[in-house]
Amino acid sequence: MKYKPVIGFEIHTELLTATKMFCGCEVGFGGTPNTRVCPICLGMPGTLPAPNKKAIDYTIRTALALNCDIQSPTYFDRKNYYYPDLPKNYQVSQNYNILGVNGYMDFSMGDSRTKRVGIDNVHIEEDAGKLMHPEEKAADYSLVDLNRAGTPLIEIVTEPDLRSVEEVEAFMKAMKNLLEYIEVSDCKMQEGSLRFEINISLREKDTDDFGTKVEVKNLNSMKVVSKVLEYELKRQSRMLDEGKKIMPETRLWNEVTGKTKSMRTKEEAKDYRYFPEPDLMHIEISSDWIERVKEELPEMREEKKERFIREFSLPEYDAEVLTDEKKIADYFEKTLAKCKTPKAVSNWIMTEVLRELKEMDEEIDEFPVTPACLATIINLIENGTISGKIGKTVFEEVFKTGKDPEKIIEEKGLKQVTDESAIQSVVQEVIEENPDTVEKYRKGKTKVMGFLVGQVMKKTRGKANPKMVNELLGKELQE
Amino acid sequence: MTISKEEVKHIALLARLELTPEQLEQFTRELDEIISYARKISSLDTENVKPTTHAMQVGNILREDEPRSSLSNEKALQNSPEKEGPYFKVPRLVE
Amino acid sequence: MNIETLSIKEVQKKLKEKSISVPEIAEALFRQIDRVEPTVRAYISLNRDMVLKKAHALQEELEKDGYPETPSLLGIPIALKDNLCTTDFPTTCAGKILEKYHSPFDATVVEKLRANKALILGKTNMDEFAMGSSTENSSVQKTANPWDVKKVPGGSSGGSAAAVAAGETLGALGSDTGGSIRQPASFCGVVGMKPTYGLVSRYGLVAFASSFDQIGPLAKTVEDAALLLQCIAGYDERDNTSFAGEVPDFDAGLKQPVKGKVVGIPGEYLDKGLNPEVKKVFESVVHKLEQEGVECREVSLPHTAYAVATYYIISTAEASSNLARFDGVHYGYRSENPEDTMELFTRSRSEGFGDEVKRRIMLGTYVLSSGYYDDYYLKALKVRTLIKQDFEKVFETCDAILAPTCPTTAYGIGEMEDPLEMYLGDIFTIPANLAGLPGITLRGGYDDKGLPVGVQLIGDSFKEASLLNFAWNLEQALNLREYPQL
Ligand SMILES: [Mg+2]
Ligand SMILES: [Zn+2]
Repeated sequence: MKYKPVIGFEIHTELLTATKMFCGCEVGFGGTPNTRVCPICLGMPGTLPAPNKKAIDYTIRTALALNCDIQSPTYFDRKNYYYPDLPKNYQVSQNYNILGVNGYMDFSMGDSRTKRVGIDNVHIEEDAGKLMHPEEKAADYSLVDLNRAGTPLIEIVTEPDLRSVEEVEAFMKAMKNLLEYIEVSDCKMQEGSLRFEINISLREKDTDDFGTKVEVKNLNSMKVVSKVLEYELKRQSRMLDEGKKIMPETRLWNEVTGKTKSMRTKEEAKDYRYFPEPDLMHIEISSDWIERVKEELPEMREEKKERFIREFSLPEYDAEVLTDEKKIADYFEKTLAKCKTPKAVSNWIMTEVLRELKEMDEEIDEFPVTPACLATIINLIENGTISGKIGKTVFEEVFKTGKDPEKIIEEKGLKQVTDESAIQSVVQEVIEENPDTVEKYRKGKTKVMGFLVGQVMKKTRGKANPKMVNELLGKELQE
Repeated sequence: MTISKEEVKHIALLARLELTPEQLEQFTRELDEIISYARKISSLDTENVKPTTHAMQVGNILREDEPRSSLSNEKALQNSPEKEGPYFKVPRLVE
Repeated sequence: MNIETLSIKEVQKKLKEKSISVPEIAEALFRQIDRVEPTVRAYISLNRDMVLKKAHALQEELEKDGYPETPSLLGIPIALKDNLCTTDFPTTCAGKILEKYHSPFDATVVEKLRANKALILGKTNMDEFAMGSSTENSSVQKTANPWDVKKVPGGSSGGSAAAVAAGETLGALGSDTGGSIRQPASFCGVVGMKPTYGLVSRYGLVAFASSFDQIGPLAKTVEDAALLLQCIAGYDERDNTSFAGEVPDFDAGLKQPVKGKVVGIPGEYLDKGLNPEVKKVFESVVHKLEQEGVECREVSLPHTAYAVATYYIISTAEASSNLARFDGVHYGYRSENPEDTMELFTRSRSEGFGDEVKRRIMLGTYVLSSGYYDDYYLKALKVRTLIKQDFEKVFETCDAILAPTCPTTAYGIGEMEDPLEMYLGDIFTIPANLAGLPGITLRGGYDDKGLPVGVQLIGDSFKEASLLNFAWNLEQALNLREYPQL
C-alpha cells in the first residue's frame, strides 16, 4: 500500500453509577420512555445541575488507569449546539481544564508485541437522549425519549497512534477489557454503553505530514469498526490515487449498504462556543481524594491471576486464560460459587465455553449456559449422576435450548445407571453374544476388554457407570 | 463597523434566530454600537490576571450517588407542545 | 386599615395581638389591588380565590398553634417576580415563549416561603427574562411607577418594586443580575437588597446570567428586608454555587449604632453622568451619615469605567446558552407547522422572544463564537478579576461603600430608546454583581419632581448583617415614610 493509515479514537462509555450525572434519576436501559426523567434532566427552566460524586470518582479512576495526569482544579464547560435530544441545547462537558490529560495505554498485540497508544485526555460529560424514527417510510416526524439524557459519560480521546486494522482490533478489545476491569462501565456495546468513534487519515509513505482527518460515527460493534476502517482505507486511497482531495468531514456508517456516507451537516450552523459552566464550581482534586480512588480500584488482571493460582491451586496457564478478560474471570468465579471444583470449572471454561463463545461471536453475558447451569452440570458429574461424556451432551443441549440441565437429564433419561443387577444383565448379554472375543480374552489377549466395555456402553446408551462395567465384566471374564 | 451584516446573519443562525431584513439592519447597527463600546476593555493590561468564572468561591459540594424519585411520564410531558404516546414529538430531523 | 402604609413588622404585631386576621390582611390587599392595579399593572398572575382559601387555612393554623416564636412570615402576603418557579401560579418570565408554562416544582425560595407560612399573593411583571431596566420589555404589559404613572418603575424587577411601593403587597422577591432589584427599588422608593452571590439558592430561578443572578427581597423597610432575607437564605444542595456556611441572625445586631465605622465613597461614581439632583440628594445622605458618627472617606474603584462592558459580555454569553433550551420541543411556545427541527427551533425562538432578549442572545453568541472568545469573553473574565480586586482593596479599610443606586430618577415610559444608553444606566449597580457582593438600596430623598432617589450600600461578601445594620441606621436618620398618592 502506498499510504499509511493514521488512526485515532474517541470513546464514550456510560458509567455504572446508580443515578445520572446531575440529578437523582436512575440510570438504566430500556423501559417506558420518559419515565426516568426529572425537571433537571429535562432541562426545565430554573433547574440547576448537582454533580454526582461517584461519576467524578470513576473518571479519576479511568484517568489513573490510563496513566493520565490529574488536573486540579478541574471544571466543566458547556458545549453549545442545538439538537432535539439535547434538552438544554448544550451539553455539560469539559474542554479547558480537563480532568485527565497526557496518558497512555499499553496493549498486547496477541503475540509478544506490545503497542502503546497515547491518551490525549479523559473527560466527563452528560449523555444525550434518544431520537426514535417511526417505522413507516413516509413518517415526517421523530420521537424523543430522554431517559438516557444526563447519564454520566466518560469520553476518552486517543492520540492518532494506531496504524493498522490489526492494531485497531487489538486496541478496542484491550480498551473494553480495561474499562471492564476497572468496573466503571458495563461496556454493553449493543445497548450503547460503550461507543467508538474512529478518525482515519492516510499519510503518504515516507512523509511525516498527516493527511486530512475523516471521522466516522454510529459504530455499534467492534466488527463494524473493522469494516468501516477497511472501507475507508480503500475509499481514501482510491481518492488520493485519483488525485482527489479528501475533505475533513464526519461520515456515518450504513450497515445496509456497507458504506460510509457523508453527514451533510450545515457546518456554518455549528460552532460549539465552549465556555466554563457557571452553574458548577471548580472541583479541587486533592491527593487524598486520588489516594482514596486508588484504594477503591478493583482487582486488576495480574492480581486476579495470582489470586486464582493461590486460592484455587490452578496452573498458571489456566489462570492466564481465565483472567484474559474480566468477564470470563467473573464467569469462572460465579460458577465456582456454586460448585467446589476449581480445576473442573477451569477445564470446562477453557474448552467448551470459550470454543462456543468464539463461534457465537457474543459477549459472555449473552452465553446461554449461565454459571449456575455450568455449576449444576459439573456437580452432577462429580456426584456420579451423569458421566462426563453425558455432561458434554447436556452442555450442548443447554447451549442450544437454554433449558435447565436437570430437566434435560430427566426428559432424555440421561441418568447414569448404577444399578448392579441391571448392568450385570447387560454384561451377561454381551458375553453371550461375543463368544469369540471372550475366548480371545481368556487366552490372554486382554486388550479386547475395551471392545467389550464399548459394547456394554452402547447397549446402555452411554449411561452405565463405566467403573462398574469394568469391574463386573472383569469378574465375569475371570470365570 | 465592528460587525458586518453577514456576521450578524451567521450569529443569528448559530443562535437559531431568524431576522427580517429590517431586523437585520437594526441588529447590525445596535450590535455594532454595543460591541464598539465593549471593546474598551481591550485597552486594559490583563497579562498576569487570572479569569474569574464565578462571582464567589463557595467551595464545591458533590452529590452522593443516591436515587431520587423521577417525574411520572404524564408530569414530564405536561408542558410539551406536541407528544405521541410517552414521547415528545418533533418534526423530521434535517442535519 | 391602610394596608399600603404598613410594614411587615407592623402587620405581624397586629396578628400577634389578634387585632387582625390573615384573611383580613389578604382582603385588604386585594382591595388595594382592585383600586390601584388598573393604573400600576404590577401583577401578571393573581388568583384571589386560591389565595383567600390559603389565608383561611393559615388563620386556622395560627389559632391552633399560636404565633410562632422563630422568624416567621405566617400570613404575610408576598409577591414573587415571575421568573421564580411556582407550582400554583404559571411561571412566564413575562415572555411569550413561556406564556402558558406551569413549573412542576417550586423554587427553593418559594419552598422556604411556604415553610415559613407566607401567603404567596401573585406573580409580578418584569422585563422579559429579566433583560431590561424599565419593565418595558415585558411581553404582557407595561408597569407604571406608583410615584408618577407616566414613568417606568425601573427593572427588571419592576413589578415587584411597584407592587411594594403601591401597597399591593407587604413584601416581594425579585432577582438582581445587574441591578434588577436595586434599580427598581430606587425608582420606586422602596428597600431592595441583592445578597452575596451564593447566599440565596438560585434553584428555581429561571436563569438569565448564572454567575450574576441572585434572588433578594423588596420591602418597605430595612427591618422587613432583613426578615425576608432571613427566611430565604441558606445552603441548598440543589445549587452547586450555594454557600454552605451558617446564615447569621440578621435581626440580632440590626439596631446597633454605627458610630465610628468607616464608609467609602467611590470617587468614580460621582463623575460626570450623575444627574445633579441625584448628586444633591446623595450628598445630603453622606452628611446625615456623618452626623451619625460614621467616617465617610473617598475611595477609588479604578476599573468602574469597564464594568458595563465587562458585564454585558459575560452576562449575555451566559444568557445565550441559558436561553438555548427554549426551542419549542419540551415546553413553551412552539411555532405552527414547522417543516423540520431546524425550522422548529428557529421559528419558535424568533416568534417567542422579544427584541431585547434576541439582542442579548446575539451579543452573547457573538462573544463566544470562534475567533472572538479570547478577545471578548476571556478578556472580560480577566477584567472581572480586576473589578473584584478593586473592591477587595477598599474593604481592607472600609466597612461599607456608599454610592448612588442610579445616575437618574425614574424616566418616562417610552423615553429610553437606545439599548446602549439603557445599559449605561446600570453603571452603579453592575459592579457589585461582577464582584458577587451584597448591596442594599433605600430611599435617600426626592428629586425636584418628587420622585424618589435611591442610595446604595455595598458590603463585603457575606457581610449582610453589617450591611443591614448600616442601612437601618441610615433609614432611621433619614426618616422618610411618605407614600405615593394613587
Ligand atoms: Mg464529547
Ligand atoms: Zn433527572
